[in-house]
Amino acid sequence: MATVTLEGVRKAFGGVEVIHGVDLEIADGEFVVFVGPSGCGKSTLLRLIAGLEDVSAGSISIGERDVTDIEPARRGVSMVFQSYALYPHMNVYRNIAFGLTLAKTARETVDQRVRAAADMLQIGELLERRPRELSGGQRQRVAIARAIVREPEVFLFDEPLSNLDAALRAQTRVELARMHERLGRTMIFVTHDQVEAMTLADRLVVLNAGRVEQIGAPTELYHRPRSRFVAGFLGSPQMNFLPVVIAGCEARLSDGTRIAVPRPGLAGPATLGIRPEDLALAGADHADALAGQVALVEELGEARSIHVELGDGTLVVLRDRGDRAPRRDERVTIAPAVERWHVFDADGLRVVRD
Amino acid sequence: MKKALRSFGFWLLVALVLLYLLFPFYYAVITSLKSGSAIFSVDYWPTAFDLSNYGRVFAEQSFARNILNSVMIATAVVAISLALGLTASFALGRIRFRGRATLLLAILSVSMFPQVAVLSGLFELIRVLGLFNNPLGLILSYLIFTLPFTVWVLTAFMRDLPVEIEEAAIMDGASPWVRLTRVFLPLLAPAMVTTGLLAFIVAWNEFLFALTFTLSNEQRTVPVAIALITGASEFEVPWGNIMAASIIVTLPLIALVLVFQRRLVAGLTAGAVKG
Amino acid sequence: MSLAQQEATPLVRPRVSATARRNLRTAWLFLAPMLAVLALVAAWPLLRTIFFSLTNATLVDTASYDFIGLENYLVRDGGEWYGLLADPEWWGALGNTLVFTGITVFFETVFGVLIALILNASFRFRGLVRAAVLVPWAIPTVVSAKIWAWMLHDQFGMVNDLLLRLGLIAAPIAWLADPNLSLWSVAAVDIWKTTPFVALLVLAGLQMVPQDCYEAARVDGVHPVRVFFQVTLPLIRPALVVAIIFRLLDAMRVFDVVYVMTGNAKATQTLSVMARQQLVDFQDVGYGSAVSTLLFIAIGLLTALYLMALRPDLGGRRQ
Repeated sequence: MATVTLEGVRKAFGGVEVIHGVDLEIADGEFVVFVGPSGCGKSTLLRLIAGLEDVSAGSISIGERDVTDIEPARRGVSMVFQSYALYPHMNVYRNIAFGLTLAKTARETVDQRVRAAADMLQIGELLERRPRELSGGQRQRVAIARAIVREPEVFLFDEPLSNLDAALRAQTRVELARMHERLGRTMIFVTHDQVEAMTLADRLVVLNAGRVEQIGAPTELYHRPRSRFVAGFLGSPQMNFLPVVIAGCEARLSDGTRIAVPRPGLAGPATLGIRPEDLALAGADHADALAGQVALVEELGEARSIHVELGDGTLVVLRDRGDRAPRRDERVTIAPAVERWHVFDADGLRVVRD
Repeated sequence: MKKALRSFGFWLLVALVLLYLLFPFYYAVITSLKSGSAIFSVDYWPTAFDLSNYGRVFAEQSFARNILNSVMIATAVVAISLALGLTASFALGRIRFRGRATLLLAILSVSMFPQVAVLSGLFELIRVLGLFNNPLGLILSYLIFTLPFTVWVLTAFMRDLPVEIEEAAIMDGASPWVRLTRVFLPLLAPAMVTTGLLAFIVAWNEFLFALTFTLSNEQRTVPVAIALITGASEFEVPWGNIMAASIIVTLPLIALVLVFQRRLVAGLTAGAVKG
Repeated sequence: MSLAQQEATPLVRPRVSATARRNLRTAWLFLAPMLAVLALVAAWPLLRTIFFSLTNATLVDTASYDFIGLENYLVRDGGEWYGLLADPEWWGALGNTLVFTGITVFFETVFGVLIALILNASFRFRGLVRAAVLVPWAIPTVVSAKIWAWMLHDQFGMVNDLLLRLGLIAAPIAWLADPNLSLWSVAAVDIWKTTPFVALLVLAGLQMVPQDCYEAARVDGVHPVRVFFQVTLPLIRPALVVAIIFRLLDAMRVFDVVYVMTGNAKATQTLSVMARQQLVDFQDVGYGSAVSTLLFIAIGLLTALYLMALRPDLGGRRQ
């Protein structure tokens, strides 16, 4: 059973704490993604699970075993590094086989496993080459093959796609998803790219400044974010936020514009959030409409992003698939999907609307 | 016109520098090829081609044995320094621990000792260990120069090796010894050649300890042998022999320098500049 | 789990983990052999020498001696001062050492910079010239000393012959025997031998100077000499300082070239030569060790000054 459990994990470098008490339970065979902005501690957390760093407090268990004090090689984990970290003086075969060779595995077993992994990653022809003769994408596959042969219980990926170009990144993403289906092992994946996070994860762990903001399935986090941070982090273009004061069933912008928010669940100063796809251009006579002026139109082909400046100066972005693109400085009205308003309190937490 | 003059001036300068640096060897060669009373007349051009001085050097001294001693001792010193230096530099370059900087400083400071400062103590030590007039005694003593420098340079190179490769090795289950020998050592090979070369030259050229800790002709190293070449009588200094011996020793070193000059320069400057 | 459950946490003192302990053990294990050797051949003999300087031990039997405190250094006995600091030979050796250091470091720096400037210009055969520059440094000091001793021979030496032919001198000069000249002669040989080392260090410094500095100066029409003093020199200062420090330390402890060319002659005797003579020739371990100790202290002070003033980079960061 390759479950991963973190309890009260803290990490400090020098006197500065960077991970402030993380509790986490990852189920066997799950694909979990740690995601968050730079410096949020996601890589550190991964390295703590790997054993490359020691926890300052708390415990880590893999399966039934407490591995907190156990060295990396005996935790049953494999890691794929962002910079691939291949051994320059060894050819691909020996790179992949290194871990097994050190464990004094029988040569036939080594050969069999190396070739199987190479085939799975379609690098069978590259076994005699040196890393410097390979492209970035090929090196990445070698790194993954090296992780596979050790048959770990848990795979760890530290931003493995960040150094690849866009096309290769998308392609490798798909292959990783397929690999997970095929191998069925627990995988923990770190990335700062929310598209990768959303598409690959069974569950997402959103981290911010060393704390877990929210854990859950991607759609769960997307539609029911726990905090303003999570709401703003997932989704592109970003969710729109409007500072308002709520009284009764109305939210009021600073310029007095009223927005209908039935059953807000809160009164007083708050932040309203709504996703670009939940806003639409409407006729001027639409009830609950917001008026504004077009600041920018970005054509994406299958849709467009329209940036509109509201009366109080706030910029909102809406996603539009209509036939006609509005022009700059054109006055427009925006109709929000009223049920899709998110209400965030003064602490940034989302309030559940009754 | 001005440019041609400047260019000529430059080449003149280069020629002067070369003359200044290399003339003594040229003169030594000329002298070594003369024999008998011809040595005592000053000639700027070769006047003879007589190899008898060279023969005499090997016959009258135990020069071949001296060369062998030097080679043996220098090689052993290099091997030991590299081995000890490699393991030490792994600790100093890749493991963080308190007092690391101070330790590095202390090791470096050993290379600043004047040789005489350890002479009395070392003399007693060598005698007590029964290594007087014994190549092992010299091998041991020479480590005092070669170790600090080797550790210093190898540590600098160790530090520059990327950390991800070491981490990948850790994940693969490599113990520190395996990381050192199977991952870092191949990557450090060029640096080790450089430090080895420099250590060899230092050990080969050493004089004071070799002079003080050896007694018999057979145990002497080349520098001491050359310094102590004496003639048949007190008044007869066999300059011909001395020059011949000098050239014998110089030629391989010149060859070494020509072949490895890039490495030597890199090593010398790395040791100094990185400090 | 809501955000509220994650309370604000105080700074945590990291516990010493198993991995950190393992690493520490590995570090000391890897360091032990080298440290053991250094302790044996460097630390112990040094301490022993300093100890001997406080005794009247002799070379014949270093096991039986009396502890005499600072008597080797200075003692008043029956109205007279005895000991190193009252010994004119000591002061002579000290003077020789300082003069030697001053002469050699000065000229090596000047010539070294000159040669470095030449090597910095890219021209054909630069590699060969650089190899040629390395040769004097690479050969044993003994060999250089002997070859120059031969060239400086008062009767059959080529230098005297040349100067006589050119009419620059009237009679052969005893370069190594004349007490007024010998120190300069020996210094000259050391300069010849070690200028390459300085040149290489300065060259490394020169090669790090960005070319645009020179180009800007050239566009501005600045005279090359001024370019050197006001642009180049300040930029190579770090390399130059390192080279000078190394040479200072080496010159203070010089032995080989002095001993091989002039033996124990008082006019050229440096501190190292004197120490050895006392120890080996006169078998006076106590006195010889005292000379050594004082030299060590002098060099130690210089080193400490250097480290304090320049704070060399041990953390691996470039300035």
